[in-house]
Amino acid sequence: MADDALFQFLLRMGDNTLVLGHRVSEWCGKAPVLEEDIALANTALDLIGQTQMWLGYAAEVQGEGKTADDLAFLRDAWDFRNLLMLERPNLEFGHTMMRQYLFDAFHHQLLQRLTQSSDNRVAEIAAKAVKEAAYHLDRSAETVVALGDGTAESHRRMQDALDLLWSFSGEMFVTDEVDTSMAEAGIAPDLAALRGDWLKSVTTTLHGATLKIPENDFAHTGGKTGRQHTEHLGHLLAQMQFLQRAYPGASW
Amino acid sequence: MSSPTPSAYPDTPQPDREPRRTGEWPLWEVFIRGQHGLSHRHVGSLHAPDAEMAIKNARDVYTRRNEGVSIWVIEAERVTASSPGDKEALYDPSNSKVYRHPTFFDIPDEIGHM
Repeated sequence: MADDALFQFLLRMGDNTLVLGHRVSEWCGKAPVLEEDIALANTALDLIGQTQMWLGYAAEVQGEGKTADDLAFLRDAWDFRNLLMLERPNLEFGHTMMRQYLFDAFHHQLLQRLTQSSDNRVAEIAAKAVKEAAYHLDRSAETVVALGDGTAESHRRMQDALDLLWSFSGEMFVTDEVDTSMAEAGIAPDLAALRGDWLKSVTTTLHGATLKIPENDFAHTGGKTGRQHTEHLGHLLAQMQFLQRAYPGASW
Repeated sequence: MSSPTPSAYPDTPQPDREPRRTGEWPLWEVFIRGQHGLSHRHVGSLHAPDAEMAIKNARDVYTRRNEGVSIWVIEAERVTASSPGDKEALYDPSNSKVYRHPTFFDIPDEIGHM
């Protein structure tokens, strides 16, 4: 392939939004209140819409005549390049919103920088996606503060969620040769440099939520490189891909 | 809700009932301005813990298809409404005065809807 690094980068962007979008969509019909149900479904739809753009471009770069749908529904777990944090089960609402917030804070800053990408297609996709990400961040941040600084029980649950998810957040900023080559080409920003801004904004919000950031900086890795996903991704794909696997080419 | 519980026997003290849905978020009425130049119109209601979340919820519930340029929300219990019992006193007198209704003019087609 002419540009494997670009392909890998686009898979990372698209698989993040695909896998998180699917997870968030699992709340449809089951959220704690009607308004949150609709908001979560909207968020999921935004993310799936972004997936179409990222994976659509990835398929073009791959040059094997595939489509975004082929990449989404016909790859197996080891070919996915999403962050481990995003494939984790939703658990409870507070955990879902904490995961959403930690990712949104990263995603929004990343997309903002990608609007300046030297690759026009990347810049165009980012310009569309960044508006949605700004709203997702607005919403998840407000919910994290409301629940963290809410009742004793909601505070405890949000602190538990943060303690659990913190060790998965580090993977967002782990840099490998794909990231280095994207940064050198001016296509994507330097992720390590992004971490400072992310940490600053996350610290402010979590402080407002009266939550304590864990001191341990250990990071689970292996999602974005595809080295080792968690067991949860296979189950997610089994559900998401079932129709195309059982009835190849099915459409409506 | 703000309306007082109707009682069939006003002189008989009501038992102190627990509110049935404690912890429920307050109800908000949502008004959306569809285009510049039009007025805000009532589109429905929703629940939210505070005004800011009510705006956000309204954005998700009512404006996903590009309906709005501006959203107003107001807590439903802050709305003062006319009572159905006052209907006759408020509205009936106008029925017999056709001259109050501007229905005698032909509106030129170019005006569009009024």
